Amino acid sequence: MRRIGLFSTLAFAAFAVCLYGQTRRLQLGRTPTPAEVRRWNITVLPDGTGLPAGSGTVAEGKLVYADKCSGCHGDSGEGREPLGSSLAGGQGTLQSSNPVLTVGSYWPYATTVWDYIHRAMPYATPGTLSANETYALTAFLLYRNGIIRKDDVMNQQILPKVRMPNRNGFVPDPRPDIRVLNQKPK
Amino acid sequence: MLDRRKLLSSAAAFGALALTRPKLLAGSGPDVPHELGLPRRAYGYRSSFERHVVRSLSVGQHPDTGSAHTPLQDLYGVITPSALHFERIHAGVPAINPARHEILVHGLVDRPLIFRMKDLERMPSVSRVHFIECAGNSGGEQDGFPGNTPQESHGLLSCSEWTGVPLSVLLEQTGIKPTAKWILAEGADACRMARSLPLEKVLDDIIVAYGQNGEAMRPEQGYPVRLVVPGWEGNVNVKWLRRLQVLDQPTMTAWETAWYTDLLPNGKARQFTFVMEAKSVITRPAGGQRLSGPGFYEITGIAWSGRGKIVGVEVSTDGGRSWQKAAVQEPVQAKAFARFSLPWNWNGSENTIASRCTDDTGYQQPALEQIVAARGLNATDHYNGIKWWRIRANGEITHA
Repeated sequence: MRRIGLFSTLAFAAFAVCLYGQTRRLQLGRTPTPAEVRRWNITVLPDGTGLPAGSGTVAEGKLVYADKCSGCHGDSGEGREPLGSSLAGGQGTLQSSNPVLTVGSYWPYATTVWDYIHRAMPYATPGTLSANETYALTAFLLYRNGIIRKDDVMNQQILPKVRMPNRNGFVPDPRPDIRVLNQKPK
Repeated sequence: MLDRRKLLSSAAAFGALALTRPKLLAGSGPDVPHELGLPRRAYGYRSSFERHVVRSLSVGQHPDTGSAHTPLQDLYGVITPSALHFERIHAGVPAINPARHEILVHGLVDRPLIFRMKDLERMPSVSRVHFIECAGNSGGEQDGFPGNTPQESHGLLSCSEWTGVPLSVLLEQTGIKPTAKWILAEGADACRMARSLPLEKVLDDIIVAYGQNGEAMRPEQGYPVRLVVPGWEGNVNVKWLRRLQVLDQPTMTAWETAWYTDLLPNGKARQFTFVMEAKSVITRPAGGQRLSGPGFYEITGIAWSGRGKIVGVEVSTDGGRSWQKAAVQEPVQAKAFARFSLPWNWNGSENTIASRCTDDTGYQQPALEQIVAARGLNATDHYNGIKWWRIRANGEITHA
């Protein structure tokens, strides 16, 4: 058995070397211009990479929110299920039988708030908010969750530095986490 | 062997019938028409008697967000018809012209490249049968809202033959830098749904797919091109693929932090819980159906595992006191549906039936109680517990 195992390991290693050693270049596809890549690339990383220039205040965000978000998420982010989920509150509920998962109680990165608004909101017209409006809305939601002060400004330098309450709330996948005894079929 | 005398006597009987029903020709039965049927058609359609077999739409305020469940109880074999493959959409189904569609591959690569559909079609392709299951499928079992039928309880689940280019082949074109660890896949739907995938899986078996069950995939399945990530939660099988960015870290999109994470009793949440573990469900007889009376019924259902092949399925017809080995239809494919069956005689008494499966890693499908003990009640995604149906004495079947 051991010899077979060793042989197949060696065979697999040789196969893997073949695969990686020999790059199949098919000469298909075209090279994008740097401008094309910039236009397509909307990724925002937790360290702020990808955030555009611009800024917004809590007060500005409150106005944008009332205009574009309150219809589904309620006047102050309390949510209006099933139209829109709650965006504020829930801190301290994660261990309860009725956890309330919001930007403030659950989301680990402030950059994700900006990224999600930018990608997906407002629901019916995503991608129509300016960078300034997106910073302002992010500021308003962080303020509504008690994470920043009323006079704080959000921009590409400050946003990644915002420490979210549930920043350390996530753990890797340990599965399989359940071992069933008595596994033998009859 | 035909009995010649019987044949003669039935011919005589037919002769008598022919006298009274002169329009009937030899060999005709009551359902055979004597006029021509419908003409040929350029694209096939199903029998008008099968129109009740449809997806069920989840209730919600937004018709362009939510899900449509596959009618598992009405299907045979291991392939889900494309028109009945479950849907989960977040911002409507985009209408994409394949002649104009492009995929950008960039980031930590040696050569960023843009591929058109015509490029993909020229590349080496594979066709593989794989299930796709929404992370939330059957989570209602744990939630206390189990659903009455296989469609309602387990219908965020389908299995197709997918055709496309291995993602590793696309990355051979661009090359990847030594610091690459993750790849972000982004859709061209209105919300630009995006998920991070670890490079190990990317180079293993992910397909950039354009074909589904032998034809171009359906718009709601990602037309013209999607990722198929074998065995992993449905959400990472990014549809309407428009961009792949090679990175040294996950992007932490909302779909991999706010959602599709599993909150535990201690307040911590498991993240990047990608694999859909071994699971099975009896689809006939099952909830919403009714046995017409005691006697023979074939019990049948499906089993699948995101880790590999199903190697065994057992069925209990006595509430779990005993388990019998079910037959599993060959060929069994990895990360695909396996169809199982067990002959059964119902004696007319009330009882409960269930299936449990084992995959080729030795992992066996657990019971609901074991999952709750390990993860609590707040984590309802990635639920894979044993599913029981109750058969009542009158033949009616419900969730147990």
